[in-house]
Amino acid sequence: MTGTKGEELRKRAKEKRSERFRRAWYKFSRNRISVVGLVMVLAIVLLAIFAPYVTPYPKHAGAFVDFMTGSVGPSLKHWLGTDVFGRDILTRVIFAFRGALIMSTGVLVLVVPLGVVLGLIAGYLKGTWIETVIMRITDVFLALPPLILALAVSALMRPTLFNSMMAVCVSWWPWYTRLIYGMASSLRNEFYVKASELTGASKPHVIFREILPNCIAPIFTKMTLDVGWVILTGASLSFVGLGEQPPKAALGTMISDGAKYLPAQWWIAVFPAIAIMVVVLAFNLLGDGIKDMLATEEGS
Amino acid sequence: MGSDLLKRIGLSIFVLFSLSILIFLIARVVPGDPARLALGPRAPEWAVENLRKEMHLDKPFYAQYGLWLAGIGHGDLGKSLVTRRPVSADIREFLPATFEIVGLSALIMALGGIFLGVLSAKYSNSWFDGVTRIISYLGIVTPAFVWAIIFMLIFGYVFPIFPITGRLSPGFEAPTTITGMFTLDSLLAGDPRTAWDAFLHLVLPAIALAMGGLAQAARITRSSMTDNMSKDYIAAETAYGIPPRRILMKYLLKPSLIPTVSVMALDIAALFGNAFLVELIFNYPGLSRYGIEAMLNKDLNAISAVIMVLGLAFVTMNIAIDILVGYLDPRIGLAGRRN
Repeated sequence: MTGTKGEELRKRAKEKRSERFRRAWYKFSRNRISVVGLVMVLAIVLLAIFAPYVTPYPKHAGAFVDFMTGSVGPSLKHWLGTDVFGRDILTRVIFAFRGALIMSTGVLVLVVPLGVVLGLIAGYLKGTWIETVIMRITDVFLALPPLILALAVSALMRPTLFNSMMAVCVSWWPWYTRLIYGMASSLRNEFYVKASELTGASKPHVIFREILPNCIAPIFTKMTLDVGWVILTGASLSFVGLGEQPPKAALGTMISDGAKYLPAQWWIAVFPAIAIMVVVLAFNLLGDGIKDMLATEEGS
Repeated sequence: MGSDLLKRIGLSIFVLFSLSILIFLIARVVPGDPARLALGPRAPEWAVENLRKEMHLDKPFYAQYGLWLAGIGHGDLGKSLVTRRPVSADIREFLPATFEIVGLSALIMALGGIFLGVLSAKYSNSWFDGVTRIISYLGIVTPAFVWAIIFMLIFGYVFPIFPITGRLSPGFEAPTTITGMFTLDSLLAGDPRTAWDAFLHLVLPAIALAMGGLAQAARITRSSMTDNMSKDYIAAETAYGIPPRRILMKYLLKPSLIPTVSVMALDIAALFGNAFLVELIFNYPGLSRYGIEAMLNKDLNAISAVIMVLGLAFVTMNIAIDILVGYLDPRIGLAGRRN
């Protein structure tokens, strides 16, 4: 008897979930621009994953020299032209997407849990010394623009993709802490939080089961937007030579190398620059779409 | 309000103090011997040892920090390993140059962003609004160093209107230092030609820097104005027969600027960060270019000093913005905005 009832409940819950998903998708897809963003993001991710199979000259991703085809402008053979070493720029741009996506994923995986947990704790325990310690440390890290802190930290380490990722992490977590701190410190006064406290729920339960689920929407939105911003910061780091080292392809390095050959061989710098714009734009469009979708969801 | 302001200043001093510890810590724990790096791999051991003594690297961490802090008290930031001059002299030379760019850039950002925002709110959902939105998106997603390269290409090579490197054209002499800002100094010295030339050198880097914040400001101003347009008090003012133009400029704009100004604080701070790359591209001898060279050469004293100066600028600006927001909306006190 109980078994069938449990099954019934599970089935209903599943239906409700898929119904909610359908509604969310409907709201999201009503805005054409968000869908364009989603398609662009998917295309970029797929291109990056299958880079060795979809690029015309996979060998050109690393150390490859063929001066015979060096500095050739855009043509049918090389859609975006070649650099001074004769490497296909389209191939290198797609391979550079890999590093950029690895970096932003890595940064977010490390930064979001840390920043969110600290923000939740500080917000829930507002008025205690724990809040003071966490938020004052956060203030110190927020006292510098992220790019400067990331530059300073990565300059002091050996220039690798991993180290520049770490440097960006150092400057990125406080923004999540501050965002979630603000939410948690107001959510803790909600009646459902008070109710669970009265029934004797533990602090971790209140923080993670009552407050956290209500912070998910802004976290998710910020994460989507941040993928683009992390890529941009990473490109700025590699632009000054702190990041993925040659001969591996990185968007920033490609631009700074190509800038030496302006204006005659403009394609060497201009196409990687457009590539950055496209990636950041794609994640921004997607992020804005998600933001609108979640906002209307809350409103209804 | 007075005590709130004091509290904010006290907090800012604490933040700067902690920032100095943080940057000192990061700079000291990194692998590699700064003295060895400064002298190069072929310098004899005794010379490296002497420099280590001179830089107090042989002392424990807290003693090094104490000495460094005591030095700051005397205006002594140590010696730069790259320029071989006192860091304080370097900062005095390079900081005004960066202030010139960042100041002009902030001005372009604020005026341009608010102007575009007001226009697209006024003509919302027209073709002008559409074009502004597309431009805003492009402005936001394009990093400053890419703008710098685009502007260099267009205005330096294709239509050579603006100079693209340095602070002055050949043939011009730097004015005697009063503020260190070339435009201001040459005006004060009664030399408008040099001032104009110095100004022309600022235009492209400043616009390249401003683009991102300008687009952001335009978008935020537009959306906050269109939100406020449907408020009751605007309807009431229209009913009173106040001319639409007056409503727009006086009653609608002021409260709508609060989010713009708050976000702009962060954007102006970000200008200093992006100036690192833009100054590099335009070969402009400012603090940011100095900072990046210090970073790439692991010039510890210079790095610490640049970071502290930028931190100070940022913290001061945040307080200034809070005062401005308090003026725009009397309901928000200085202490209130953070909570």
